[in-house]
Amino acid sequence: MRNEWPLYEVFVRGKRGLNHVHVGSLHAADDRMALTHARDVYTRRNEGVSIWVVRSDAIAASAPDEKDPFFEPSGDKVYRHPTFYDIPDDVPHI
Amino acid sequence: MTTEDHLHLPPADTAPEGDDRWAFGTGFTDPLHGVDTALPPGADGAALAAYCLALGDDALVLAQRLAQWCTHAPELEEEVALANIGLDLLGQARLLLTRAGQADGSGRDEDRLAYFRDAPEFRNVLLAELPNGDFAHSTARLLALSAWRLALFGRLTGSADPVLAAVAAKGVSELAYHREYAAQWVVRLGDGTDESHRRMQEAVDALWPRLGELLAVSATERRAVDEGFGADPAAVNEEFEAVMRQVLDAAGLRDPGPLLPGEPAGRLGAHSEYLAPLLDEMQSVARAHPEATW
Repeated sequence: MRNEWPLYEVFVRGKRGLNHVHVGSLHAADDRMALTHARDVYTRRNEGVSIWVVRSDAIAASAPDEKDPFFEPSGDKVYRHPTFYDIPDDVPHI
Repeated sequence: MTTEDHLHLPPADTAPEGDDRWAFGTGFTDPLHGVDTALPPGADGAALAAYCLALGDDALVLAQRLAQWCTHAPELEEEVALANIGLDLLGQARLLLTRAGQADGSGRDEDRLAYFRDAPEFRNVLLAELPNGDFAHSTARLLALSAWRLALFGRLTGSADPVLAAVAAKGVSELAYHREYAAQWVVRLGDGTDESHRRMQEAVDALWPRLGELLAVSATERRAVDEGFGADPAAVNEEFEAVMRQVLDAAGLRDPGPLLPGEPAGRLGAHSEYLAPLLDEMQSVARAHPEATW
């Protein structure tokens, strides 16, 4: 059996992005190595200005079979969207 | 030629709209943008060409060795990292060989110099051409060459040759990453298991006698300093040695002893038996199809 390095998830903020976006995963022995690997694997086409890495096993995720109880109830609550207002033309950034 | 002909303006400059097509943008920069590529007045073109050729060949040959790790590295991520480093060096080599061909007046371009010279015409140090060995040997070699080159390029940013200064300015951040990458691995392996420590120490012990040639001051380097476009080898070597000892100390590796300048060998074209086969492989396609374009 082969000893594998732990898996990390990689998040990159692009030059024009306001937030970090998940771009993929990789193996690394520790946090520092994960950052250098992320730099080498995910930013080689000039994509990024900032990188986050986090061990995959540190992420808590919703399960696929929870999809309906989690997300279905919000599907018919159209009133939660502020679409019933007339927005004046001179109000930006809505 | 008029002065305008010497100004390097890449085609990308005239089509910036391409940037909008990509989610992350492209934003690529050209290191020679706006640099006057005319030879500085009174400069010794042959001396400048020889200096650029030596530094270009170091990068070209090491890039080829690093590429040989592809499909052989311990992890996929390391493979990409080593190939990236090789490509950075290849980029430096292209600019330096181009400059060499301009400066010596021969009109040879980068491809002519890279693909149509034989081993005795190459001016890289032997350290760059040695076989990769195991990962520890490759890492030790990469640490030495990137630390030395970073110490050199940091000073070449003030070179009297504007092209050399621009190439150095671009190379500094690349080399800082290469040195960081290699140093991390030397520390990790040196300070790791008994087995990794033993093999890293073995690699450092094997590297040490090879460093004499790197520290040697060849006639090419001496002339470059006299002409004002080269960097002072004494200062470069001092910084280099301090970095090497700092890394060895952090890695818990035994210091193999004093470093003394040796004799220039590769800089004079005296190479090991390992260079010719490396070049055979690197040059095979270009020589089989000398008129090919892509």
